[in-house]
Amino acid sequence: MKYSIVGSNKTTTREEKAAAYIFIACAALSIIAVVSITAYMIISGTPAIFKVGLVDILFSTVWQPTAGKFGILYIILTSIIGTFFAVLLAVPIGLLTAVALSELVNEKFKKVLKSAIEMLAGIPSVVYGLLGILIINPAMYALERSIYAGNPHHQMTGGANLIATILVLVIMILPTLVNVSETALETVPQHLRLSSLALGATKIQTIFKVVIPAAKNGIFSAIVLGVGRAIGEAMAILLVAGNAVKAPWPFNSVRFLTTAIVSEMGYSQGLHRQVLFTIGLVLFVFIMVINIILSRILKKGEEDD
Amino acid sequence: MTSITAKKTRISDNILLALIGICTFFSAALIVVIIVYVFSKGIPFFKFKDLISPQSALTNPNGLLGNIINTLYIILGTLLLACPIGIGGAIYLNEYAKNKKFVEAVSFATEVLSGIPSIIFGLFGMIFFGELLGFKYSILTGCFTLTLLILPIIIRSTQTALASVPESYREAARGLGATKWYMIHTVILPSCLPGILTGVILAMGRIIAESAALLFTAGSAYLMPRDFFSHFLESGGTLTIQLYIAMTNAQYGQAFVIGMILIVLIFLMNALAKWITKHFDVNTKE
Amino acid sequence: MSKISVQHLNLWYGEKHALKDTNLEIEENKITAFIGPSGCGKSTFLKTLNRMQDYVKGVRIEGLVSLDGEDIFGKGVDPTLLRKKVGMVFQQPNPFPMSVYDNVAYGPRIHGIKNKKKLDEIVEKSLKSAALYDEIKDRLHSSALGLSGGQQQRLCIARTLAVEPEVILLDEPTSALDPISTSKIEDLLMELKDKYTIVIVTHNMQQASRIADKTAFFLHGEIIEYGDTEKIFSFPEDKRTEDYITGRFG
Repeated sequence: MKYSIVGSNKTTTREEKAAAYIFIACAALSIIAVVSITAYMIISGTPAIFKVGLVDILFSTVWQPTAGKFGILYIILTSIIGTFFAVLLAVPIGLLTAVALSELVNEKFKKVLKSAIEMLAGIPSVVYGLLGILIINPAMYALERSIYAGNPHHQMTGGANLIATILVLVIMILPTLVNVSETALETVPQHLRLSSLALGATKIQTIFKVVIPAAKNGIFSAIVLGVGRAIGEAMAILLVAGNAVKAPWPFNSVRFLTTAIVSEMGYSQGLHRQVLFTIGLVLFVFIMVINIILSRILKKGEEDD
Repeated sequence: MTSITAKKTRISDNILLALIGICTFFSAALIVVIIVYVFSKGIPFFKFKDLISPQSALTNPNGLLGNIINTLYIILGTLLLACPIGIGGAIYLNEYAKNKKFVEAVSFATEVLSGIPSIIFGLFGMIFFGELLGFKYSILTGCFTLTLLILPIIIRSTQTALASVPESYREAARGLGATKWYMIHTVILPSCLPGILTGVILAMGRIIAESAALLFTAGSAYLMPRDFFSHFLESGGTLTIQLYIAMTNAQYGQAFVIGMILIVLIFLMNALAKWITKHFDVNTKE
Repeated sequence: MSKISVQHLNLWYGEKHALKDTNLEIEENKITAFIGPSGCGKSTFLKTLNRMQDYVKGVRIEGLVSLDGEDIFGKGVDPTLLRKKVGMVFQQPNPFPMSVYDNVAYGPRIHGIKNKKKLDEIVEKSLKSAALYDEIKDRLHSSALGLSGGQQQRLCIARTLAVEPEVILLDEPTSALDPISTSKIEDLLMELKDKYTIVIVTHNMQQASRIADKTAFFLHGEIIEYGDTEKIFSFPEDKRTEDYITGRFG
């Protein structure tokens, strides 16, 4: 029997077309989501700026919602400084662990270690928060009492201070740093290692003088991702930080951008609530800047190859 | 002529090696310390009865059944929304898309989405799904919000799975005159199902662990569903949210019990994902 | 006395017997070429001479390799000192992703030279010895990856020379290069042999006959014939050698 190759089966083509349209809609949803989130963060975050005044929000340190004072400078500084020190501590630990995983340990040990890191990444933030208030805070309190014993100018925090929070953040971002750095180290071509070894370098010299420099783009993106995770973490540090709006000194109770939102969103109203959205907008701006830096690095990495 | 036997001692090498050892030990020991601590504090308070009875302020303050059911609701609802969208999006990107700009834009958006912190999703979910669309504090609002949160995971794992399907399968199907969609759902999707499944399980882990995005969307209620469907429109706190509530009320016994359950669940998810990867020979680059 | 002496060397990769009872004396200040079809063991043999096989998984080695009378597998041998003395150039030009200067200075630096002036001298001298200095003296501080393939390979030779080795092993160093770059490297090796002992693996028989003083023919993990290059190419003793150099297989 002869049949034409000109399409005749109408249901098939209709189904084909429908599938294509549905899939493109699914793909477009990511874009729509990012655009709407951006739009809504701006829409809900800007009214308070006009009502209170940009300078009075961003550059004032007085946070007294009941008195109509909404200065969030300390909150912003706390987020920046807390994130900075958390990353500063976590990067060497994470990078060296990644070095062990990628360059030194055998397959069996590597499997066990990677499972451990995976578990660390999967544990809910609230569990870290729980451990923070029950292990780290008491330890900090002991330290605080021994340092500030009899000092009338220091208000005791019970150990809920900036240092405790930084320690929790270090643990939270460690898995990200380990995983991303390890991937970066593993993509370094083997011939670079071999030619370093052939010049009489030891394994350790090869790792630190050739492998790590060659993986610097990947390691840098690990750091940027770590910054993003640290600045966006809320639930793990909410109770650990002590939640007082104060200057970010090591033994002060402090409030972060994230914890400021969570701790007051439940009961705030009117202008106070709008300011919380402004804090959300500030956080969002930080995150977008981090994302843009990250995509620059990734692009640069592609060009270098 | 120099000898090759004069062994040099390299102090810097030894110091660096020691540092690597210390850091690796720290990273590995952390999880052990955490698990041991949570279990040692949780086991004395663990009662099986609490898992099968709902919380009641008067008669049964530690019941977890309501929260367990809410967790299942949120997992089910979120996956029902996110899987079709994520898998469909990935299919478009890998199998259909010809416009390079569009693909780049979607990839960038997905990248951004995976970098946005939970608390921002929580705020957005609250005002967009909760207030603007009028779903209020409800499990459904929570599901919508978490859908955005896990979408990148589903898209990426599906893309990886699709990319690992040999080109020869596609050629064979095309050679037999199969149309695109027919080829995708008969040949390609079945062969990358394990890869997609691994992504879905990892996403489930994320959902179980999530708190900041749910606190202001699904809320923290612990009541039992009165009706299967209408429960989606009621507020409901997951286990993780209940842990937070218990922690703020200084009910550490219950907090550790939930922490224990969560750690076991996360462990099972990871193990299951690994088992699938190993058993079905999935190509995962993540 | 020969520079390197190899006696009853056997090597296995897992189950595979890759080198079978090989014996060879490599003479000082000569160029020795290893020829043979791919998979014959010539590269494997070369990589054993500076113990780069240490980094191959599942490798097992028996036999004696001595350098200036010292057993390179012996107790108390520091492999890094061995590799400082026996340098190696690989098939693919593989400079580090850093500047030309840092590439050449890499070896001296890891061996403890920190003095800037001393390093400058070593870099200049090594680049001159590798006949590269005049071409790139204005680009010492730009990335080595910007050089042409032939320049990159000469840079790798310069990098090896900078640690002042006594033996240089080259594993098919010109197979990825064009004819002009190839002849530049061949000329360079002819000059270098006054000061160094050179061992080169090549799949190119013309190259062996052009530059080598001694040639060894490898087949299936065995050394079939070894002797003066002229003799190997003009009057091979073994039928298999004759078949190979007349192009009957390989």
